[in-house]
Amino acid sequence: MSDGPVILEMKSITKVFPGVRALDNVSMSVRAGEIHAICGENGAGKSTLMKVLSGVYPHGSYEGDIIFEGQEVRFANIRASEHAGIAIIHQELALIPELSVTENMFLGNEVATRGVIDWIAARRRVVELLARVGLDIDPDIAIKNIGVGHQQLVEIAKALAKDVRLLILDEPTSALNEEETANLLDILRSLRSRGLTSIMISHKLNEIAAIADSITILRDGKTVETLTVEDGSVNEDRIIRGMVGRSMESRFPSHTPHIGERIFEVRDWVVEHPQVPGRLVTKHANFYVRAGEIVGFAGLMGAGRTEMARSIFGRSYGIWHGGQIYIDGREVEVTSVKEAIAHGIAYVPEDRKMLGLNLLDTIKGTISSAGIDRISKRGVIDLEASAAAAERYRTAMRIKAASVDVGVSTLSGGNQQKVVLSKWMFTEPRLAILDEPTRGIDVGAKYEIYGLINELADQGKGVVMISSELPELLGVCDRIYTVFEGRITGEADARTATQESLMRQMTDTAA
Amino acid sequence: MKALRQFFGANMRQYALFGFLIVVMAFFAWQTGGRTLHSENLQNIIIGWSYVLVMALGMLFVIVMGQIDLAPGSVAAVVGICLALSIKDWGFPWWAGILFGIAVGTAIGMWQGAWLAYIGVPGFITTLAGQMLFRGLDQHISNGQSVPVPPQIVKIGSGFLPDWGPHTGFNNPTLVLGVIAMLAVIYREIRRRGKIVRGGGVVPPTWVMVARLATVVAALAILTIAFANGRPGTSFPVAGVIIVLLVIFYHFVETRTTIGRGVYAVGGNKAAAALTGINIKKVYFIAMTNMSFLAAVAAIMFVGKSGSTGLSDGNGWELDVIAAVFVGGAAVSGGVGTVVGSVIGGLFMSILSNGMFVLGVGSDWSAMIRGLVLLVAVAFDLYSKAQGRPSITGAIMRGLRSRRKETQGEEQVRPEVAKI
Ligand SMILES: Nc1ncnc2c1ncn2[C@@H]1O[C@H](COP(=O)(O)OP(=O)(O)OP(=O)(O)O)[C@@H](O)[C@H]1O
Ligand SMILES: [Mg+2]
Repeated sequence: MSDGPVILEMKSITKVFPGVRALDNVSMSVRAGEIHAICGENGAGKSTLMKVLSGVYPHGSYEGDIIFEGQEVRFANIRASEHAGIAIIHQELALIPELSVTENMFLGNEVATRGVIDWIAARRRVVELLARVGLDIDPDIAIKNIGVGHQQLVEIAKALAKDVRLLILDEPTSALNEEETANLLDILRSLRSRGLTSIMISHKLNEIAAIADSITILRDGKTVETLTVEDGSVNEDRIIRGMVGRSMESRFPSHTPHIGERIFEVRDWVVEHPQVPGRLVTKHANFYVRAGEIVGFAGLMGAGRTEMARSIFGRSYGIWHGGQIYIDGREVEVTSVKEAIAHGIAYVPEDRKMLGLNLLDTIKGTISSAGIDRISKRGVIDLEASAAAAERYRTAMRIKAASVDVGVSTLSGGNQQKVVLSKWMFTEPRLAILDEPTRGIDVGAKYEIYGLINELADQGKGVVMISSELPELLGVCDRIYTVFEGRITGEADARTATQESLMRQMTDTAA
Repeated sequence: MKALRQFFGANMRQYALFGFLIVVMAFFAWQTGGRTLHSENLQNIIIGWSYVLVMALGMLFVIVMGQIDLAPGSVAAVVGICLALSIKDWGFPWWAGILFGIAVGTAIGMWQGAWLAYIGVPGFITTLAGQMLFRGLDQHISNGQSVPVPPQIVKIGSGFLPDWGPHTGFNNPTLVLGVIAMLAVIYREIRRRGKIVRGGGVVPPTWVMVARLATVVAALAILTIAFANGRPGTSFPVAGVIIVLLVIFYHFVETRTTIGRGVYAVGGNKAAAALTGINIKKVYFIAMTNMSFLAAVAAIMFVGKSGSTGLSDGNGWELDVIAAVFVGGAAVSGGVGTVVGSVIGGLFMSILSNGMFVLGVGSDWSAMIRGLVLLVAVAFDLYSKAQGRPSITGAIMRGLRSRRKETQGEEQVRPEVAKI
């Protein structure tokens, strides 16, 4: 397949932001009908390169040439690139939750005669397009009522509606579970067999090794190499070597736990859904964490792990119906986030843009925001202490930024996650609850974050790690609870557990 | 261009507005043959517009946290009549009248804050209701009469500093204040620089600092002389001193206090603020209370200036105040804006009005021009904000526009920014 003609060529692309050279002379070429993957560490410039290609950064704001289907193109905006047959699907979906599938698909692209939308024709077309991505859902259903996996497919169908010839997907699977991921990859394969070219960014290297025809690797804004995949010759380790410039012997840092007393315990915890009366999202949960222990929570997406964690964190989610929290054996009342922080609980949310960050704030402001009481007296902040703390975490966490005064909105996804982690480390918690801490993070940074988690444990803290990636839980945790539909269905020693045994408990209520 | 950036530092937007302010002043000075720069006119500007500048300080925090207050004009009217009647009818001494007025204003603020924070009625509705409610209350209490206030309060509203010391031909207290201001500016800059250097940061070259300081000090010197050489017995107005003190205080609140940070956090991302341990209700309550407290302060200065309460006191004030804050660079979507910016915005609008007044421009044209200036200022802001951030986050939070269009908007501003 990868011997088709070259459909896209990007030549010596350079893109500079104030203080950052995000792309430095990057070139890549994509052949018609292939799936071309882009890999690289956080901040390597992957998203930026795709934004240049799709007209998000208009012609003139970067240097270099783009040649698409044999012609030099100069897009002034996204509309222009869509018109030329290039569509981009950003990681954060752009669908409007309140509108129906049909309405979303034709937003800005309406089937209209003289401004009057022909909904009947639109629906017919939607059903046709949904079939192409293997979706069998009611086109009138509101977007908010379908899962992320289906939303992703609707996005693709929406792109197909515009008659695209090059589809760009920026981390399409980072919010999908395994089944949804497998499904998405199948759809991409079937679109490829019909001649659609796609470019895909992902940090999930196993997917890339499985689906890509060629792989371009970026490091620090430069092209490192382009690999051609011929019948499985490129494996994950090969990609990692290109990304980080050396081979990684192991995906997880080795760690010998020193486990002490129980420092945190939850008994009989019951939480009701905030909007749906009578629906329990946490059903009589019991668990404990010991000093120096890393405890995993495995479960399918939607199993209720986030809901449970947030309700424990100062009842910041749902309606509490009962249950006790014990810290160091003593029962405590934790009814607000402030109290939770004061009791040494930290919660790093999974959705960093919506829940973890104020995107208008700087790195410095963000890092001291949760532990602000540590550096203020009677409401007056010690600004020097705030700056010093930010500098310390920037170095320790290797946050890639020109200074701690830059806005967090300009950071790459991985670096934003490090800032959120720093914000909570700064509160010096006794129990750190990390909700999907490595989502959207590159292998190298993942390794660093695992190391940080180990460090926390070695300082005698308790760590709770919620993750949907079983290998990660098995590699990092000491003990793992499985959750199914709001109920804790099992507990396993991570040394003896396997993916299969966990999976059974994650899906089986009888366990 | 690099030198320019260094000269202005991080607050390009604020300096740009400030520069524009100077241009407008120069224009009016030229058109009126220098009349607008006479000390008497400058004093008039400060005295006449003090209420806008004072209330802008409160409105800023309300707008930054993503709310709005439509009631401060009505609140000021109620405070004014309560103050005047408590002195005239109840025999309160003038200072007790002031305290009473401030207490009334603060209590009204707590009332509005409670509806917003603890019952959850949006600020727009709470204060729209408040606007009617307190306007009605003012009419009810005053019964249509105009009540005079004692001379001490007149002094606060339109008085001058007492002169003392050797006969210099200038007003001595004004000179002293000016010198203190210059020294404070120099001290702060040097201290800040020292801190950055000690922290291992990089600072712009010395000449940049010297040039920057020289400009600011020269501006201060000109202002000092202008205020000090007025008619004998006039000086920098008492109202101006009050405003300067309030600006310093609220600048401190903005940059150095946890409650200040809380306001920005709530306005930037409410859900994230909640998960950071910020008490959103408390932030709402305090900011709304503070707004009405400042409306009370403004009311005292205003009735002092007028000498008595009037039926139309406070009418439409909220609009001038809100305009000042937005001209000063605050974002409609919340999370963005500064105290200093709002004050400059307020000064800008007052100098514009005053200049047109002195030029003899009718109030019809004056209103139209101010409206256009507000539009252009906010449009310029959206277009040139380095990150295009305010509009973007606002829209993401509200989901009003599709994401694509925003990112597009964000990018279109970029080449423009590079040119500045
Ligand atoms: N609007 C911006 N302003 C300033 N710097 C930016 C901006 N957008 C991106 N950058 C910088 O450009 C670099 C590349 O960012 P980019 O988002 O392309 O990385 P990425 O490879 O997609 O990373 P990730 O895997 O974390 O998503 C980063 O250092 C980032 O901080
Ligand atoms: Mg990216």
